[in-house]
Amino acid sequence: MGVPHLLVHDRRDNVGVIVVEGLKAGTEALCVVTEDDSEFTLEARHDAPIGHKLALTDLQVGDTVIKYGEDIGRIVEPVAKGEHVHTHNLKTKRW
Amino acid sequence: MAKNHSIWAYRRENGRVGVRNYVAILPIDDISNAACEAVANNIKGTLALPHAYGRLQFGEDLELHFRTMIGTGSNPNVAACIVIGIEPGWTQRVVDGLAETGKPVAGFAIEKRGDIDTIAVASRKAKEFVHQTSEQLREECELTELWVSAKCGESDTTTGLASCPTVGNMYDKLIPHGLYGVFGETTELTGAEHLCKARAASPEVGEKFMKTFQAYQDEVIEPYKTSDLSDSQPTKGNIEGGLTTIEEKALGNLEKIGKRVSYIDVLEPAEAPAKGPGLYFMDTSSAAAECVTLMAAAGYVVHAFPTGQGNIIGNPIIPVIKISANPRTVRTMAEHVDVDVSGIVRRDMTISDAGDALIDMIVRTANGRLTAAEALGHREFVMTKLYRSA
Repeated sequence: MGVPHLLVHDRRDNVGVIVVEGLKAGTEALCVVTEDDSEFTLEARHDAPIGHKLALTDLQVGDTVIKYGEDIGRIVEPVAKGEHVHTHNLKTKRW
Repeated sequence: MAKNHSIWAYRRENGRVGVRNYVAILPIDDISNAACEAVANNIKGTLALPHAYGRLQFGEDLELHFRTMIGTGSNPNVAACIVIGIEPGWTQRVVDGLAETGKPVAGFAIEKRGDIDTIAVASRKAKEFVHQTSEQLREECELTELWVSAKCGESDTTTGLASCPTVGNMYDKLIPHGLYGVFGETTELTGAEHLCKARAASPEVGEKFMKTFQAYQDEVIEPYKTSDLSDSQPTKGNIEGGLTTIEEKALGNLEKIGKRVSYIDVLEPAEAPAKGPGLYFMDTSSAAAECVTLMAAAGYVVHAFPTGQGNIIGNPIIPVIKISANPRTVRTMAEHVDVDVSGIVRRDMTISDAGDALIDMIVRTANGRLTAAEALGHREFVMTKLYRSA
């Protein structure tokens, strides 16, 4: 069991959180789901800072982003699996 | 393990347990700040609590002002209190409110006397209080007699993964044994309100929460809302730390209340809990200093503060314990962090281990260890104002 690159709250989530500094595109990232300690790998497609999110699947405009097994907003620009998900492509549904 | 901890603390006149022993010099209005600061300068071992308000407030806003003043002065971390106001009527109202709790208190009004004489007479009384209170001894109390509040700040994604669950684990372990807890941040539950409602101890309490939540949305958000509330929800710091939307921030925020406990009542800002030991929700702003000030005024004596990007807030009368799980923050802002739980994101520390580490720090803080915020002089005392003064 290695040190994870990404943590994922819930098996239903379609994004994971980078928990290491300086993650580079091309890294075979070890992802751990905290609810059951299951593991999988994901190829990071962007460099991204600690705390930021990568997509675990391809996401289309209008898709709902799921984290904690819950709705955290909608996709406004297409995102491919392994790409950075943040304010440029994910918006709140509230304000 | 948790329930068997003892702490060394101050038993107050009303039976409550305090962990600090301040002689507070409390102005009840903005124009009395100067006199209070002069008294605190004259008499060592006292603490002035200057703030911006107290004139021409009315209705519910004025009630909140008095509740905050009286609650702050009667907090168990305050051993005795000097109250100074411009005129005698409202000064006496605060003095009477404090005296009801048994707190040693004396009030002074500035009108017909002026600053200089007021400062002289209040300084003599403050010196008496300092001599009395500085001889008080700590006594053995139960850890679970404490009232511990929680609010997070400069959150990032590690907050919801690790530092908020650490606080939740502490609550899960201590609240069943008699601890009073509280969480708030009404706006910052937007996107998690359905989960928060479901954590109420009864359907009635859940409805009371939803009514409070909806009132804020209707009265404040709807008339004034802007995109992402003008980079206030989430903040620039939250976004730098990887949080993208209010929903994501809210879900992480709610991790502070643990997995098992339910909240037993919904409190007005600065309202003291009155339904016995347990977890409470308080209607508060999500701004750190405002929220912690309201919780301290409700009688909470220690605050657990998870932070991701490194919020540096403190409070003048209650110790604020910082918990962080962001490895970059615990490295670059180490002087602000009391409990490093970054091991959780490396998977070499469990949430339960982290909860135990926080409990240990609460015990040490209650026994007298200064928090990072105390050592660094953070004394943010910020009143909440509901609407414009008359």
